[in-house]
Amino acid sequence: MTRTTSDTTAPGLFVPPTRFAVPGRIAVSNREAARWQTATLTEVRRETPHASTFRFAVPGWAGHLPGQHLMLRLTADDGYTAQRHYSIASPPEDAGHIELTLDHVEGGEVSGWFHTLAKPGDEVEVRGPLSGFFAWPGDRPALLIGAGSGVVPLMSMIRHHRMRSLTVPLRLLVSARGPEELIYAREYGAETTPVFTRRAPEGVPVGRLSASQVAPLLAAEQPPGGWEAYVCGSNTFAEHASRLLVAAGQPVDRIRIERFG
Amino acid sequence: MNVTRGFTGRPRVQNAGLPPGQYDAGDDWPVLSAEVTPDLTPADWSFRIDGLVAAPRTWDWAEAHALPASAYEGDIHCVTSWSKFGVRFGGVSLDAFLEAARPDASATHAVAYSHTGYTTNLPLADLTGGRAWIAWEYEGQPLPAEHGGPARLLVPHLYFWKSAKWIAGLRLLDHDEPGFWEQNGYHARGNPWEEQRYSGD
Repeated sequence: MTRTTSDTTAPGLFVPPTRFAVPGRIAVSNREAARWQTATLTEVRRETPHASTFRFAVPGWAGHLPGQHLMLRLTADDGYTAQRHYSIASPPEDAGHIELTLDHVEGGEVSGWFHTLAKPGDEVEVRGPLSGFFAWPGDRPALLIGAGSGVVPLMSMIRHHRMRSLTVPLRLLVSARGPEELIYAREYGAETTPVFTRRAPEGVPVGRLSASQVAPLLAAEQPPGGWEAYVCGSNTFAEHASRLLVAAGQPVDRIRIERFG
Repeated sequence: MNVTRGFTGRPRVQNAGLPPGQYDAGDDWPVLSAEVTPDLTPADWSFRIDGLVAAPRTWDWAEAHALPASAYEGDIHCVTSWSKFGVRFGGVSLDAFLEAARPDASATHAVAYSHTGYTTNLPLADLTGGRAWIAWEYEGQPLPAEHGGPARLLVPHLYFWKSAKWIAGLRLLDHDEPGFWEQNGYHARGNPWEEQRYSGD
């Protein structure tokens, strides 16, 4: 077999820092992921001026793990369909039901329908749960970092943690422009540190997520065995937060990222 | 058909280039990767072809750029349902690399792997015949890191998770071996025109 000179391992040849291709946290049921099911809207709850939670009854829902998402489909009467991926906000304990928290996206074809037309009794279609990569079964200490509606899959983890009375360490850093835009504000407890980027209550600093908030969690407050980090938000936020984590010493193969395209 | 009350959707645009279930993302180019964007410079980058080939080899940045330039101008489609029209990538046709490595007759599939360890599987037939590239330019500029720069695989006729960012190599096999998302429930091939999104589609 012929080998070229560049085939030998030259000094300075890049060595991948990690095997990123760690397996997903759970196996996904292919059958469930392939099947469209009817979801009936049962309740709409306002969370912030721009986000609401939509609760659905899905009697055949096989269950999910916190952090997983689904695909949702709307169909017009001429057969035109629109489908989008959404993270699941509700915990798996909420059997037969799922909740999604959606931002009202400017000009959003699907979110626009939800925020202006949807009402209890309406039916949509869902398939899932999808992707085990971002799932958290509640086994390892979890450091959650989210911004805006990026907190949605992380909230499923917090709710799961509470409903199961888990003792495995869980921390959430959640970024919002101001207190009125903090989704699920009333539900947070001691595990959560809000970060306000534009407006904050009196005495609370204003500014983007910083090393001063991340570094202590990876030093003094790091649990034995370290954190599994879950980052969710816009791409800009995910880049910023993941770099802070790496700078603070979090191994890159223990950072899971869900970016909003 | 399960009609959603009151849903009309966007005005229908007659666009023959839009696969079923997709929408036109316009100027947006969403970033969808589950990993930390690596700090990978052209000097760090290399691309290797091995496995069932007569001449396994590794190209560095300069060696890869010495191959004949080849551009793609056309559309890309993401499984999350956006498509992007008329994008221009510059790089080298994968045929030029494969020609040098000389695949064995027994090679039927490839696993593409990235410098971060991401993997994705492809039939070899989807990588040959001018249908796949190693791309390092986007719209005439260096490919941004968050989109896979300095160089990514480009297989535009399949869903874009097949176009591995930060491409490090191809391993040729005589069987199909699921990659990262394929192990996580996504389809083995990912043809947008057949809506091969998830395993079982």
